[in-house]
This record gives sequence, C-alpha cells and structure tokens, in this order.
Amino acid sequence: MELLLDKGKCTGCGDCVDVCPFGAIVLKDKFPVVNEECRLCGLCVKACKEGAISLPEKIKKKPTIKAKDVWIYAETKDGELATVVYELMGKGRELADKLGEKLIAILIGDKISHLAQTLISYGADIVYVAEHPSLSIFNEKRYGTVLIEILKNHCPNIFLAGATSRGRSLIPQIAASLETGLTADCTDLDVDIKKRLLLQTRPAFGGNIMATIACPEHRPQMATVRPHILPRPKPISNHKGKIINFPINEEKIPDIPEIISFVKTEVKGPNLTEADIIIGVGRGIKGPENLKLIEELATLLNAQIGASRAVVDAGWLPPRCQIGQTGLIVSPKLYIACGISGAIQHLVGIQSAKTIIAINKDPEAPIFNIANYGIIGDLFEVIPALIKEIKKARGID
Amino acid sequence: MKYIVCIKQVPEIEGVKINPETGTLIREGVKSIINPYDLYALEAALQMKERYGGNIILLSMGPPQAEEALREAISYGADEAILLSDRAFAGADTLATSYTLAQAIKKIGHYDIIFCGKQAIDGDTAQVGPELAQRLNLPYVTYVRKIELKENSLIVERDLDDGYQIIQITLPALLTIVKEIGEPRVPSIRGKMRAKKLQIPIWTAKDIEAKEEKIGISGSPTRVLKIFSPPLRERKEIISGSLEEQVKTLWEKIDNILK
Repeated sequence: MELLLDKGKCTGCGDCVDVCPFGAIVLKDKFPVVNEECRLCGLCVKACKEGAISLPEKIKKKPTIKAKDVWIYAETKDGELATVVYELMGKGRELADKLGEKLIAILIGDKISHLAQTLISYGADIVYVAEHPSLSIFNEKRYGTVLIEILKNHCPNIFLAGATSRGRSLIPQIAASLETGLTADCTDLDVDIKKRLLLQTRPAFGGNIMATIACPEHRPQMATVRPHILPRPKPISNHKGKIINFPINEEKIPDIPEIISFVKTEVKGPNLTEADIIIGVGRGIKGPENLKLIEELATLLNAQIGASRAVVDAGWLPPRCQIGQTGLIVSPKLYIACGISGAIQHLVGIQSAKTIIAINKDPEAPIFNIANYGIIGDLFEVIPALIKEIKKARGID
Repeated sequence: MKYIVCIKQVPEIEGVKINPETGTLIREGVKSIINPYDLYALEAALQMKERYGGNIILLSMGPPQAEEALREAISYGADEAILLSDRAFAGADTLATSYTLAQAIKKIGHYDIIFCGKQAIDGDTAQVGPELAQRLNLPYVTYVRKIELKENSLIVERDLDDGYQIIQITLPALLTIVKEIGEPRVPSIRGKMRAKKLQIPIWTAKDIEAKEEKIGISGSPTRVLKIFSPPLRERKEIISGSLEEQVKTLWEKIDNILK
C-alpha cells in the first residue's frame, strides 16, 4: 500500500503537510513528498480539497470469522485480583453485551481458584482457572506458555489485560506468538458493532495527542489498559457463570528464567499508579529536610507522594516516586503539584489526573497551563497555612 | 561475550508542539535523539563489557538518517553498528518491528545478551523487547536494574510496581533496561573519533531474508483510525487573595474533590 499523488490535481497548498500527525509529508518543488514516518492513516486523503491524494487499499483478507468473545487476563497480586481487573471486567462486560458475545476471564497462579467466583459476580460468563504450584510466582515465560495455549485453542475476538508492570511485560510475547496486533496502555475502549472492531484509544507522543487504533484483519484484537482510568463497576447480582479448570502439564512449563526471590517494597497505602490522591514534589522543596512538611499534608489528605525527575536525581526521594516520561504515568483523582515547574516530561505523567492543583512561586511556570486551580505563592507559606486550614476544618489541634 | 543493543532514533519530545488551529503535531525542525532508555541499555552493555570483556553490536531499524544515532551510540564505546533501512520497513508497528529485528539478529548469528531499552519515548509501547524475545525463542527479563554474570547465566534484579524480583536466567537471553542501571557515561574523544570513521553497513529486507508480508505496513496488524487532541481541562483558575483567603478557597476545592 502506498499513498498516490495526482500531480495534475495538486495545487501545492500544503494542507496535507499541516494535517499529517507524523510529520511525514514535506513540500518539495511545490509537491508533497511522503517519507518513512508515514503510517497510512489517510488523514491527508481526507484533508485534500482537490482529491489529489489517494490510498488504494489492497484486497483485504477477511479476519478469522470464528473469532469470538471478549477475554480478560485476570492478573493477581498477593492472592487478590489486581484492581485493574475489576475495571476491565466492567468494560469487558459492556463490550461483550454490545457485540452479543461472552465475557471470559483467565486466572493463572497458585491457590487462586476462590477468585473465580468473584470474577463471575463481576460479569464473567466463563472463568478458566490455571492453578499449579509452579505458577505461584509471576514469571512471564511460565504464565505466557499457559496463556498462549489457552488462547490458541479458542481464538478470542478481543483480549484485554491491565497495563501494569506485570501485564505490559507478559502480554507482548502472546501477541508475537499469535502474530496479531497489540495496543499498549489504552485509556479508552469501544467497539464498532458493524465491523466488530475494537476501537482502542491511547495517548501518543507523550500524551500530546490521542490516537484511536484498530486491528482490522487479525484476531484476537489485543490491548493493555491503563489502570485507574476506567470506572470500577459494581458486582452484578445473581450473575451466573461457569468455572473451567485448565489442566497444567508440568513438563510443558518452562523452568527458565528462575525467579529466586521477590522483595516487596514497604509502601504505606496503594502504589502511585493506583493512588487516588498524589502530592507531587518538585525542586521547589529545596532539600530532603523539607519533605516532612509534604508528609504532614499527605497524611492529612491520605495521599501518596510522587516527585519530579529533579528530586529523584538529587536523591531526595527514591526512583519509584518519579512521575513523568522516564518514570510513572499516574491517574489520580487529585494531583497537587508543589514546587514543580512542569517540564513537558513531567506533564506527560500527570496528563490523565482528573484535577490538578499547582502551587508555585513562578507565575510563568508551565504547570499553571494545565492546572485546574493554581496558587502563585511560596509553598513554604502556602502548605503550612493549608495544613492549618485543614486541621481547623476538621477540629484537630 | 557478544552483546547486541537495539537502538531507536526518536524525536526529542520538547520539540513536538501542537498546531493550535489544526490540533496536529508540528514536527518541523524537531531534533532527533537516541531514545533515552536505549542509552541505559547501551550503558548496561558497556558495564558488562568492562567487567567480563566482549563485543558490542548496535542494531537500529529506521530511515537512512538513523545512521546519526548509531554513530553517536558508537562514541560511547560500542564496537560495531548495523542499520536496517529499506522503504519496505516503513510504517512498522511493534509486531513488524520485532520480526525485522529478529531476522537481522538471526543473520548476526552468535550472541549472548540482547539489550533493549524499557520502551521508546515516542510510542511508549514497551512491546518490542518481549515480542523480539518471543520471536527468537529466548528467555527475557524486563525492567532490569542490576546484572551479574554467574557461569553461563545472569543474576538480575528487576523492578515491579510493588517491589523487585531477583532472577536467574540462562544465556542467551534478552533484557530490557531501566534507568536505575546507572546514568550513561560521557562519550570519549577516542570513541568520537572511531564513530566518525566507522563503516556502518546498511541491511535491506533482502539482506535479512525478510518476508514481504511480515515487514513494514503489510506486516503491521494495527492501523491508526483517528488522531485528535486530548480533551481540554476545565478552565484554569488562579486562586487569588490573601494567604488565608487562598488556602480557604483551596481547601474548599480539595474538600469537594475528596467527597
């Protein structure tokens, strides 16, 4: 497939250059020239008033028609369902109902079969349980081998997993093995009922822009979904489902790599990717000795503490606190940025926060461009005053 | 020991702006850089080379100008570089990219460790590493922050959301690297000299015996249907007044959100 240009019709207006989200078109001698960045999205075809650009489609092979049902990988952590699984069940049920298909969940691990009933109460019609002592610890090769075997036998229409650190590490090998498309870290999903297509929306280019992606000719249509974005559903009363045990053939489970140990980080409350309220600390905090001020506010608000890259690089907070392009992407209900100027790399990480409050001395700080509420002021004055105000309101001394 | 490091040339994100009228990206004049995570992958390989000896080959798929990224990466201390460049590779998603890289690695032949960055900052998918491992049928570990060699295997530490795992993995293997491995070193003068002179072979689809239907846009199952600007936030409001008035208003807003 290639973009075709009718030079007779082209006026060299450059509309196609402007509309191209990939910067793939440049004008050379008044005519557009397409480079390697082109993803054949067709926006230029629509934008061209002269109808000079066309995108002849090859005759497409029809997707495997027998592909059906919406499948979900029910990730577990410490013997519980990961919170994103509930969110996936809610969305999965909605998609399955729109398509008139079943919602099927896969549970993998050891001593996890009791969770099958929970999945049914959240809308699963069938739950596959792969339970075995060799699956007690998360291991991509072992879990992957089981998943690939189940999926190869069933050919799902749609397969979803959480975009957690485990999910994003586990799922790509499945897509490669099944030779199908996978869209990472989606923030919204819908279906085109007529074409039975999964519409996968995700931020692109560091959240500057949103892209809706589909996988028209391959099945399953696979996506990982960012935690904490989709609403958590309520259980469906009296929903009935079937539990199927998937027999594990020990010889087929690879013993490489071997997980020697897992060391859990001692963190109070949820981790940042699942936190409802986060206080972000920037260079404006001046030094680690001032963090206790932030900690006091965090305790009052039941918030987690995150940081800009500068704070982590200075060693004032550990790397797991870093939010932004080379750190975590978070999606809390409330993000309070304290002394954070708001470099684009940091903004990328907080783009999907519902409300952003910024406290900064510098009225020109870019953080104020995306904050819903801002206070221009010294955080060493504002935060103690805010703490006082909260205590007053709650009647604490 | 033979190491392969996968490198991607990406646009520097600060440069990417949105045209406020059309809502599309303006990439004109945007600088290209080596994906920052790939520099951590290269740093990991250089640390291994220092401790255990060996040879580092850089591998990149991209347009002809991606050669600049490879030359820059050579200056850090890598030994060889190969550029995969062909019009037919264009428009590849992660499935086609992993196939193309796998074909090239099969042509390279012998290797012990393949290093990839955790993800690339333009696509942020973090999928090519694991997909490449699957295609080469290799064991892999993602988010690696520490590596030790132990006989014919590695002992690595890998980050997870809620802690870290210590893993033993036999070679050959693929690792994706996070920044905790250590900040990339500064290129040496000698390295820069070598980078200038080094011959970088360009391999095409034919050279790596790639099947046409598995590369570029033809080998990519995913399609971009639509691109749009993220929904605008509620209009911003700067809270003014005396400090007392400011925090009072602020607390009302916070209290409202918490309810």
